[in-house]
Amino acid sequence: MSAAAASPPAIAAPGGIASALRRPGTLTIWRWELRKLIAQKRTYLGLAIGMVFPLLFVVAQHLRHHHGHEGGNIFFAQITQSGLATPVLTLIFEGAFFLPLAVVLVAGDIVATEDGNGTLKTILTRSVDRGQVFAAKTLAALTYAAVVVFVSAIVATIAGVASWGFNHVTTFSGSVVPPGEALLLVLAANACYLIPIAAVVSIGVLLSTVTHNSAAAVVGTLAVTLVLALIPVIPGLEGAKPYLLTTEYNSWQGLLRTPTDWGPILHSLWVCALYAVPCLAGAYLVFLRRDVAGG
Amino acid sequence: MTEDAVSGEQAPPVRARGLVKRYDEVLAVDHVDLNVRAGDVYGFLGPNGAGKTTTLRMALGLITPSEGSVELFGRDPLRQGARALEGVAGFVEAPRFYPYLSARKNLELLAALDGGGARERIGEVLEIVELTPRAAHRVGGYSHGMKQRLGIAAALLRRPRLLILDEPATGLDPGGMRDMRLLIRRLAGEGITVLLSSHQLPEVQELCDRVAIVDSGRVVYEGALADLRRQGGAGYRLRTTDDTRALGVLGEQTGIEHAAAGEHGLGFQAEEPAVGALSLALAHAGVGILALTPELATLEDLFFRLTEGDAADGSADGSLDATPAQTAARDAVQVG
Repeated sequence: MSAAAASPPAIAAPGGIASALRRPGTLTIWRWELRKLIAQKRTYLGLAIGMVFPLLFVVAQHLRHHHGHEGGNIFFAQITQSGLATPVLTLIFEGAFFLPLAVVLVAGDIVATEDGNGTLKTILTRSVDRGQVFAAKTLAALTYAAVVVFVSAIVATIAGVASWGFNHVTTFSGSVVPPGEALLLVLAANACYLIPIAAVVSIGVLLSTVTHNSAAAVVGTLAVTLVLALIPVIPGLEGAKPYLLTTEYNSWQGLLRTPTDWGPILHSLWVCALYAVPCLAGAYLVFLRRDVAGG
Repeated sequence: MTEDAVSGEQAPPVRARGLVKRYDEVLAVDHVDLNVRAGDVYGFLGPNGAGKTTTLRMALGLITPSEGSVELFGRDPLRQGARALEGVAGFVEAPRFYPYLSARKNLELLAALDGGGARERIGEVLEIVELTPRAAHRVGGYSHGMKQRLGIAAALLRRPRLLILDEPATGLDPGGMRDMRLLIRRLAGEGITVLLSSHQLPEVQELCDRVAIVDSGRVVYEGALADLRRQGGAGYRLRTTDDTRALGVLGEQTGIEHAAAGEHGLGFQAEEPAVGALSLALAHAGVGILALTPELATLEDLFFRLTEGDAADGSADGSLDATPAQTAARDAVQVG
C-alpha cells in the first residue's frame, strides 16, 4: 500500500457526501445482476439445456421412420412437412421439465449464492436498499428465464426450418396457417409459457432466500413442481388439476386454435399469480428482515 | 431523546445504546453502548468471540438487534436502510467479493451501487491500496492480504466520513500489517473517523485514541486510552546510588505500594504527591537518585486485567510486570 507515498490523493470527502447526490436505481442493480450472471458458469448450463434439447429432438426425428398419424398430436403428424412444427413440439416436451429445470438453476441460486460467497453483506452496505436488491435479483431471474425460453424456441425453429422448410402448419383446430403467421404464433406461445415459468422462478427465489443454499433451492423447487405434476394422478385428487401450476405449462396451446382460445391463458394468469405472488411476497419479507450473518 | 433530533452533520458517527443480540440461549452481545465521536480513531477491542463482529453487523444494519438501537450520524440503519449508511463504509469479518469478477469489475459494481461519482474514483483507490497492476485479475485468485486491501479500496469508493474496519490486519504478514496501520493513520489524518475492531493490542495502542473493550458481549471499559492507562495505576522505576537503603526508605514512606527490587532497579506504585515526598526522603537519607521514571501500564496489561477479571488478578497481580512468558501464553489464548 502506498500509505507512505508522497502527496497522496485526498480520500476524505470535503464536508459533504458525494453519494448522497444521486442514489442508484433498481434498474442499475438489475443490469449488474445480469452481468454477474454472464460471468458465472451456471448460467450457461441452463442455457445449454435449452439449446441442446431442440437439437437432440431434431436429430432424433431425422433418425426415426415417420408414419402417418403418430402420438395423436397433430404437430407430430406434420413434423416433416413444416419446420415450424418443431418449436411447438419441443415446447410441449421441454416445457414439462427441462425448461423449468434450466430456469431454476439460476432462480434457486440468485440469493443463495451471495449467501455462500458472503457478498450479500458487501452489496447491502452500499447505497441501495434491501428491497431494491431483492427486486433486481427477482427481475434478473425472470429475465434469464425469458432468455432461456426464447433461445430454446429460436434454436428449435432454426433447426426445424433448416430440416423441413418454412411451410404452413395445421393448428390444433385443423385450420391451416401460413408460415409467417405460424412463426408469430410460435413466439406468442413461448411468451404465454413465460406465465407458469414466472411462477416457477418465484418458487425458486423464495427457496433461495429462505434456505441460503442454492442446491437445496434448486432441488426443492423441482421437487415442488414434480409433486404438483403427480397430484392429478392420485385417485380422488383429479379435481385439483385446474389449479396446479404444472397444468398451466400447456396453457399456451390455446393460441394454436382457430379462433384463438384465450380461456386457458387467462386461467393460467390467475392460477400462476396464486403461486407467484405469495412466494415473492414471502421471499421479499424474509429478505428484508433476515440477519445477514454469513461471510 | 433530544439528541436524536440532532442533524446528521452534528450527530456522532456511532451511537449505540443497550445493544443486545441473542441467539437462542446465547447472549452474543449484552447491552453494549458505544460512543464514537467525530475524528476518533476508536478501538473496539476484545478477544475473538467477544461480540465485536456481531455489534458491527448491527451497526451496519446487517442484523437486527434483539434490543437496543444504534445510530450512524443520527440515523438508524434498521429504520432508514441505505440512507443511514451515507458517508459510512467498511467491512465486517473479511471483505467479500465476487470471485469470478476482476477486482476492477467488482469495484465497478460497487460503485454502481454507490451512485454519485464513485466510479471515477476506482483508479485512485486501486492506486492507494497498490492493486492497480492486479486490477484485471479475478478476485478468486487473490491472496488474503490482497482481498483485505481491496476491501479498503471498496470502502474508500464511498468517500466515507466513518470507516468501520473489522480486524483489517488479521492474516496479513508483518509488512502488510505495517502498511495497513500506516494507511489507517493516514485516513484518520484526513479527518475520517475510524471504528477499528481488533484483538491485536499493539495495533490499537498504536492507532487509537479512544477504546471500548468488550468481553463476553459486554463493554468492560469505554473511554480515552490515556485515561485507561492512567487508571491502570502509575508504576515507577527507580535507580539509585544505593538500592538497599532506598528500598528501606520506600518501605517507610506512606503512599508507596508494591515496592520491590528487580533486574533494572526498584519498582513501586504510587500517586504523584507520594513520589514527590519520596524524592525528598531519599535525598534526606543520603541516597542519590540516578533515575526516577513513570511507567504507564501497557494496554495489554490493562486489557487482560479487564477481560480476565478477578481470576487473573491473583496470578498476575503485578500485571504491569508480566513476564514475557506469561504474555506469550496469554497471546496464544487470546489471539489463537
